[in-house]
Amino acid sequence: MNTTTDIAAPRAETPPALAIVMDERQPARATPAKAVAEKLDFWYGANHALRNINLTIPENQVTALIGPSGCGKSTFLRCFNRMHDLQPETRYAGSITLYPENVNLVGKGVDPIEVRMRIGMVFQKPNPFPKTVFENVAYGLRLRGVNNRTELAERVEKALRGAAIWDEVKDRLGDSALALSGGQMQRLCIARALATEPEILLFDEPTSALDPIATAKIEELITELRSRVTILIVTHNMQQAARVSDFTAFMYLGELVEVDATSKIFTNPSKKATEDYITGRYG
Amino acid sequence: MAAVMTLEELRAGLAWRKNLDKVFVVLGLVILLTCLGLLALLFLDLVRDGGPRFGWDFLTNFPSRKAERAGILSAWVGTSMIMLVTMLVALPVGVAAAIYLEEYAPKNWFTGIIEINVTNLAGVPSIVYGLLALGLFVYTFGLGQSVLSAGLTLALLILPIVIVATREALRAVPKAIREAAYGLGATRWEVTKDHVLPYSTGGILTGLILGLSRAIGETAPIITIGALSFIAFLPPSPVGPEFPFLNFEWLRSEFTAMPIQIFNWVSRPDQAFQANAAAAAAILLAMTLSMNAIAIWIRYRFRKKINW
Repeated sequence: MNTTTDIAAPRAETPPALAIVMDERQPARATPAKAVAEKLDFWYGANHALRNINLTIPENQVTALIGPSGCGKSTFLRCFNRMHDLQPETRYAGSITLYPENVNLVGKGVDPIEVRMRIGMVFQKPNPFPKTVFENVAYGLRLRGVNNRTELAERVEKALRGAAIWDEVKDRLGDSALALSGGQMQRLCIARALATEPEILLFDEPTSALDPIATAKIEELITELRSRVTILIVTHNMQQAARVSDFTAFMYLGELVEVDATSKIFTNPSKKATEDYITGRYG
Repeated sequence: MAAVMTLEELRAGLAWRKNLDKVFVVLGLVILLTCLGLLALLFLDLVRDGGPRFGWDFLTNFPSRKAERAGILSAWVGTSMIMLVTMLVALPVGVAAAIYLEEYAPKNWFTGIIEINVTNLAGVPSIVYGLLALGLFVYTFGLGQSVLSAGLTLALLILPIVIVATREALRAVPKAIREAAYGLGATRWEVTKDHVLPYSTGGILTGLILGLSRAIGETAPIITIGALSFIAFLPPSPVGPEFPFLNFEWLRSEFTAMPIQIFNWVSRPDQAFQANAAAAAAILLAMTLSMNAIAIWIRYRFRKKINW
């Protein structure tokens, strides 16, 4: 799984066990945490965008971030792969601890590139490179020094199968990725992220640029992927959160209002603000 | 609800506004055709005046005291060699500078000053570059009145054009593509060399060629550094018969160039030389236009391949 650091490192600390998962799709069980955000604050220059976020991301589960535009859900998501470091004058405080290594992802001594090599991301608009389908998926592997043709071919196929797009592109691996449809492009981007076997996969509104059929395929794919990778997804679409996620966190004005099992958030939220949002009173 | 105006008034107003639209189209076309027409007229005039001189001999003869035997061999070879040096210097330096400014430089007052000055450099009169080069390349560096000095001078001259065009091309690569590469764990250099540069090659080459087509006609700076107007020999060939098959003597050679040759012929009293000047000018113009055509073709090819 791990591609950048020494796997043999022993667990520094047992990750905190979560609340019992209430999900009809599987028997109730305690899930270990993959990552835990604690007292996380984030600034764009003087703009205090995230305030005191505390959230546990359970391993091999789908956690959805919902909330009105500008509430900071994408900003929070991008903390996990240190995407903010590409912009000047951004600052983190607090921690996001990744288990089992117990590394603080937003810690000062942690290399953002190392973080991005371990945590994959799928973006809002499909953004394949203007290269061939094969080279799109192979790029992350090449960055990691995989140059053996057979190994590349095997891993690319595995990733494309994992993203449920292999059958559609197996005969056109040498064609430009820009010739694919929007939904295929997005699944190609998922394959590109999967190829390097990330520990967490971040989705930033992955279906907002897609039609309903392509959206359904992506949602189905996310549900399949959760057995293999921890998923964190930002979505504007509450039905989507309800359909694909195990846990849902509601954010508002840079703060985390409430997090709980998805079934509970959508049927019986404990905060008034959450209820107002999911019933469409604002947002 | 009462309308703001009756239907008749609305139609009258609309007709008037559509007429304004037509006036602009006509005006634009007239101005455009006037400009193109003048250029075409100039070119035809040159071709007519120089008509009798066109021919293989004109391209393969050295300058001569007799107008009908004079040719532009040393001029076009000199120009080609200078352009080669200019390109080999301006491309890497200009692209590297643009990459630094666009991808690496922090946004602070220092970078701000550099950026403003790069743009300003494009407006510096070319004679100033000539004087700079005379002092710096010819005397201080001791490069002499050579192809190398001329090439370096013109490279300096077009550097701002190359930098500005390259920055535009780099900026046209969408942020989403950079984020995709960064998201996979690429370093800044990997993002630049694997993605940003390959995707902006079309724009960069277009900028380079437009710069070169400006440089090819420059006269003042190469007169200043001492181009000769009468050269009856060619610089040594850059390609040799023996290993390593390359020869750099040509860089130190004295030279002449197309604009110099034209200037020299124009300033002679003998009418026969005027025909030579016209023919040479037509050829220079054709060289410039074909370079622009290549630029357009390159841009078209790359646009077709990459469509965001």
